[in-house]
Amino acid sequence: MTVYLDHAATTPILPEAAAAMVAELTRVGNASSLHASGRAARRVVEESRERVARALGCRPGEVVFTSGGTESDNLAVKGLYWARRAEDPRRVRILSTPVEHHAVLDPLHWLAGEGAAVEHVAVDRLGRLDLDAFRAAVESDPASVALVSVMWANNEVGTVQPVAEVAEIAHAHGIPVHTDAVQALGQLPVDFAASGVDALTVTGHKAGGPYGVGALVVRRELEPTALLHGGGQERDIRSGTIDPPAVAGFAVACELAVQRQPALAARLTTLRDRLVAGVLSEVPDAVLNGDPAGRLPGNVHLAFPGCEGDSLLMLLDAHGIECSTGSACDAGVPQASHVLIAMGHDAQFARSSLRFSLGHTSTDGDVEAVVAAVAAAVERARGAALVSRAPARSGRR
Amino acid sequence: MKVLAAMSGGVDSAVAAARAHEQGHDVTGVHLALSRNPQSYRSGARGCCTIEDATDARRAADVIGIPFYVWDLSDRFHEDVVEDFVEEYAEGRTPNPCLRCNERIKFAAVLDRGLALGFDAVATGHYARLLPGSDGEVELHRAADGAKDQSYVLGVLTQDQLAHALFPLGDTPKEQVREEAARRGLLVADKPDSHDVCFISDGDTGGWLAEKLADRGVNAGGDIVGRDGELLGRHEGSWRYTVGQRKGLRLGTPAPDGRPRYVLDIEPVSGTVTVGPRESLAVDGLEGARPRWCGAAPTGPLECTVQLRAHGAPHRAVVLSDGDRVEVRLSDPADGIAPGQAVVVYDGTRVVGSATIETTRSVAGRSA
Repeated sequence: MTVYLDHAATTPILPEAAAAMVAELTRVGNASSLHASGRAARRVVEESRERVARALGCRPGEVVFTSGGTESDNLAVKGLYWARRAEDPRRVRILSTPVEHHAVLDPLHWLAGEGAAVEHVAVDRLGRLDLDAFRAAVESDPASVALVSVMWANNEVGTVQPVAEVAEIAHAHGIPVHTDAVQALGQLPVDFAASGVDALTVTGHKAGGPYGVGALVVRRELEPTALLHGGGQERDIRSGTIDPPAVAGFAVACELAVQRQPALAARLTTLRDRLVAGVLSEVPDAVLNGDPAGRLPGNVHLAFPGCEGDSLLMLLDAHGIECSTGSACDAGVPQASHVLIAMGHDAQFARSSLRFSLGHTSTDGDVEAVVAAVAAAVERARGAALVSRAPARSGRR
Repeated sequence: MKVLAAMSGGVDSAVAAARAHEQGHDVTGVHLALSRNPQSYRSGARGCCTIEDATDARRAADVIGIPFYVWDLSDRFHEDVVEDFVEEYAEGRTPNPCLRCNERIKFAAVLDRGLALGFDAVATGHYARLLPGSDGEVELHRAADGAKDQSYVLGVLTQDQLAHALFPLGDTPKEQVREEAARRGLLVADKPDSHDVCFISDGDTGGWLAEKLADRGVNAGGDIVGRDGELLGRHEGSWRYTVGQRKGLRLGTPAPDGRPRYVLDIEPVSGTVTVGPRESLAVDGLEGARPRWCGAAPTGPLECTVQLRAHGAPHRAVVLSDGDRVEVRLSDPADGIAPGQAVVVYDGTRVVGSATIETTRSVAGRSA
């Protein structure tokens, strides 16, 4: 029996989304073709676009389908930076945070290599952006800011960022704001128009849709420079034959995720708080990371002092409990979380942390399984950490 | 048993893990990330520290059907193996980092962590055999495939370490292991063997050491002298030389008798490298330090064979153990014995123990 608590990495596809995909998979038709089959495919794509737009509070023309979160983030960060700098060469600064997902951080790093001045405005101990520092960074020289990118909610520690305030500050100077809302969709109310942001990243597989499809919602007035050049699909911003089954499944998932969000958030908040309380009663010196109040309903991120997170993960995995030591994107070599480091923790503390992320299939039983297993796992992992840190200079025994 | 299989990404450790799994053990694969800055891809045939190797190990674990994790031991490896390697060269010795890694990483850091996490043993793809001894102890023996035998690099393991080790390949020739890997559908079946020092990715040990030792201010050059102290040339770093070396001396003047010259001695502080004729290399005794016995330390003189370098020939000898010193008297002289290498003591095929060679006694009367 698997206890799956890694919904922030990916969450099971909704049966309705899978059914919508399957229905399209056997149909022929390139949405760019002019004949009847092409028109039928195009209809699927455009109806999907309209459903996504309704769900996310934007206009259909603002939805650019992509291959997922990483592509949407790259398109927003690089594309908007290039476009804004092309309009005015003084715009070389990009303001962001040190706790962004690598799909934002790494494009920023890459842009810095080609001349962008990237500033990561500090976050506090709970992972929240320091708004005063952000305001100061903007106001020091607003004309030089090409772009702001601040995530909606953090994928590791679950902290929700003050995105509306960020947008307000930036918009006072006409600076566009991008937000990565991959973790927020389905867990928090996400409304593009109401949020005030100019570009927003979402992806299918974290919201009950398929892998390999997502969207960048971007205001019509903004024309990010394309990353992919070709057939001119998606407003010429993102060339490539559109995948009707994928966007159909994605659209259904978006719709249901938004529809079910209030009920799911309420249910997950209860489960989450029960999980935190249960673990803390078993392991009293465990520490909840992130903002206890302003956090994703499904996120539990705990440090277990004296443990290596990867030992704990392995011990829990052996009991069928699946969680994460952080974002799962590297080659399997555990790195101390850049998010926890940016929040002011040391590397050892960061390596002692585990993320349990709840989602639409999570149950009371999942919570109980973790609470039942955690104390023994922590005790064992502590023993392992002690021998691992012992000096080996004299050899073993 | 719950077994932790150390999987480098190569064919041997993959088959070792598969065999342990097939024998009914509850096996978990673990790849040891040893490099602080893993390279993405192998250059040539070497390396056990690349991301590609981790990927190969993961694929092998998938095919075998066992859980798989990556353990980051780069800090421990750096401190206990890499730093040690550099220090030894700085002292004019020629270390064997594989022994250090087995002693301090695979059968210490990894084994200790594994035991604490509930495992009973560590399995590796080493070619050596573990056999039950007479008194309930575990004996370490040479592999059935003499050409692949790796008992030398395991000679540092104590009884406690051996009691928690599994070497599933010890009775099998290498070619059969490759065939078995192919039969099992392991894609690493044809992967070339790793050679040289795994943490020096381009294989240029001299250049790598030059950089590390320059950082420490170790002598960047010194004299090359003959046996009577006559100056024969200069060199750019004593770490480029090892006792018994003939090639690469680049001495302008030939020896008076026209015969090739060999490195006889390296003096670490001054950086002086002494060279001389081959017969001056002959050694009939040596002293070792840091003895590590696989079982009880021998009491009294032990008639045995000793191996003085990896893949070296066995020499008949008498070994006397005295606390933290070991004296080895060779029955017949041996050539080119480099301080820093291990002397591994064998009773037949059984490994008795090992020590690090400190000094050698030259037949010609010189003490190096």
